[in-house]
Amino acid sequence: MKTQSCVEVKNEWGIVAARQAGRSLSKEIGFGSVDQARITTAISELSRNIYLYAKRGEICLEVVEKPSKIGVKKGLRIIAQDQGPGIPDIRQVMVDGFTTSGGMGAGLPGVKRLMDEFTIDSEAGEGTVIKATKWLR
Amino acid sequence: MKETVQNLEETYKHILKMFLHQKSEHGLYEAQQFSKVLLEHQVSPEELISVHREVLEELFPTIAEEVLDSLDLLLEVMMGYGMAYREHQSLRDRQLELESEIEVAANMQQTLLPKEIPSIGSLDIGVISVPAAKMSGDYYHYIKDDNQSVGVAIADIIGKGVPAALCMSMIKYAMDSLPEQRLQPAALLENLNRVVEQNIDDNMFITMMYGSYDSRTHEFHYSGAGHEPGFFYFAKHDQFEELFAKGIALGVSRDAKFREYSRKIETGDLIVFLSDGVTESRIGDRFIDREEIIGLIRNYMHLSAQEVVESVYYELAKLQDFQLKDDFTLMIIRREV
Repeated sequence: MKTQSCVEVKNEWGIVAARQAGRSLSKEIGFGSVDQARITTAISELSRNIYLYAKRGEICLEVVEKPSKIGVKKGLRIIAQDQGPGIPDIRQVMVDGFTTSGGMGAGLPGVKRLMDEFTIDSEAGEGTVIKATKWLR
Repeated sequence: MKETVQNLEETYKHILKMFLHQKSEHGLYEAQQFSKVLLEHQVSPEELISVHREVLEELFPTIAEEVLDSLDLLLEVMMGYGMAYREHQSLRDRQLELESEIEVAANMQQTLLPKEIPSIGSLDIGVISVPAAKMSGDYYHYIKDDNQSVGVAIADIIGKGVPAALCMSMIKYAMDSLPEQRLQPAALLENLNRVVEQNIDDNMFITMMYGSYDSRTHEFHYSGAGHEPGFFYFAKHDQFEELFAKGIALGVSRDAKFREYSRKIETGDLIVFLSDGVTESRIGDRFIDREEIIGLIRNYMHLSAQEVVESVYYELAKLQDFQLKDDFTLMIIRREV
C-alpha cells in the first residue's frame, strides 16, 4: 500500500497547499495534534527552502509501513525535491547554527529533529532530494 | 517515557484544577516548579499546549469550540520555540562533548610540564603556572645536567587556548632533543628558533627566557627571546633589578641571534622569571605595575620559594576576583647557601 501525492511548490500558495496536504494525511494516519504540527512544520520548512533557493520543486507525501513488534507500523514520508542549484557543502548545512534564512532552530537540522528519519542527497547544479519520515508511535 | 508523559499530564491536570479552584499564589508556585520538571523531561512548548488543551476539554466538556481552536493556533505559534528549544538541547550536548574533549587535552598538556622541581643543593626553586582557561599558552621547563648546573626556561606562546597548547608540545620535544649545549643559553635559543620558525604558522610566535645556573661558580647565564623581563633581587643592597635580555621572539626570523648575559648570584639573592600574565594582571581597568609585583614578592620573601610564588599568585588572583585574563606563570629561584 503506497499512495503518493505531490504538490508543486513555486510560491507561498504552494507552501500552504503542501502544509494542508501534510496535515490531512497525518491526521488520517492517526498522528496526534503535536505530531501533526511537527510534520506540517517540517513540510513548511522544506517547501520554503525549495521556494527560496530553487524557485520551484515539489513536495510528495506517502504513507509508508514497516513491520514492528506489534504488527505493522505506519508512517508518513515527505519527499522534497527540486532541480535547483543544489547544496555545495551538505555537512555545513547540517550543522546547527548555520542558517541563511535566519531564526533559531530552523534549517535542515531543525527539520531532522522534527522527524524520525532524514536523508539528503544533493549535487551542485543538479538539485536536491530530501526524504523525511515520521513513524506513528 | 510514554509512562512519564502520562504522569506529567496527570500532574498538570491536578495543578490546573487546584489553581482554578483556589486561585492562590501557592498554585502559581506549583506551576513554576512544574515547569522545571517539564524541562527536566525535555518536554517542548508545543507538547505542553497540547496537554493543556486536552485537560481543558476534559475538565470543561462544554468549553467553547473557539477556545480550543485558538489553542491549535497557539500550538502552531509555539512550534518555532519548540525548534529553538531542541536546537538548544543539541548545542548543549555538543558543548558538553567539546568540554570533555578539552578536559582530556588539558590533562595531557599538564603532563608536558616538569613533574618535579630539580633538587640542587644550594637552590630553592618555586613555580606556579595557572592557565586562564583550560589550556595554557605558558610553558616552563628545567634541565639538570651532570655538572650541577640547572637550566630553567619560561615561555609564552602568543595566542591562547588550543592552538597555543598544541605549539607547547613542539617546544618541549625540541628542548628534549637538543644536544649538549645546555650551558649556553644563546645557542639554545638559536636552535629552538630554527625549529619554531620552520614549524609554526606565520601569525604565531613564542617568547622565551632561558637561563642556566652554575652551582659551582654561582653564575647565572641567560638569554631572552622577546620575553617579559623578570627580576633579580640582590640581598646585599636589598634591591630589586630588572632581569632583561634583548632578543627577538622565536619564530619571527630565521637567523635570529641572541645575546647572552651573566650575573653573579650571592647567598639570599633571587632570580624571578614570569609570564606577561603576571604583569598584565588587571585591577579594575588598569594593569598592575611592576613595582607592585616587587612589593608583593617583598611581602612574602621570608617564606620558601614555593610559598612566595603561591602567595603572590593568590594575592594577584584575588585582586582580579579569581578571573585570570591571561595565563599566569611565576618562577622564583633563591640561592640558599
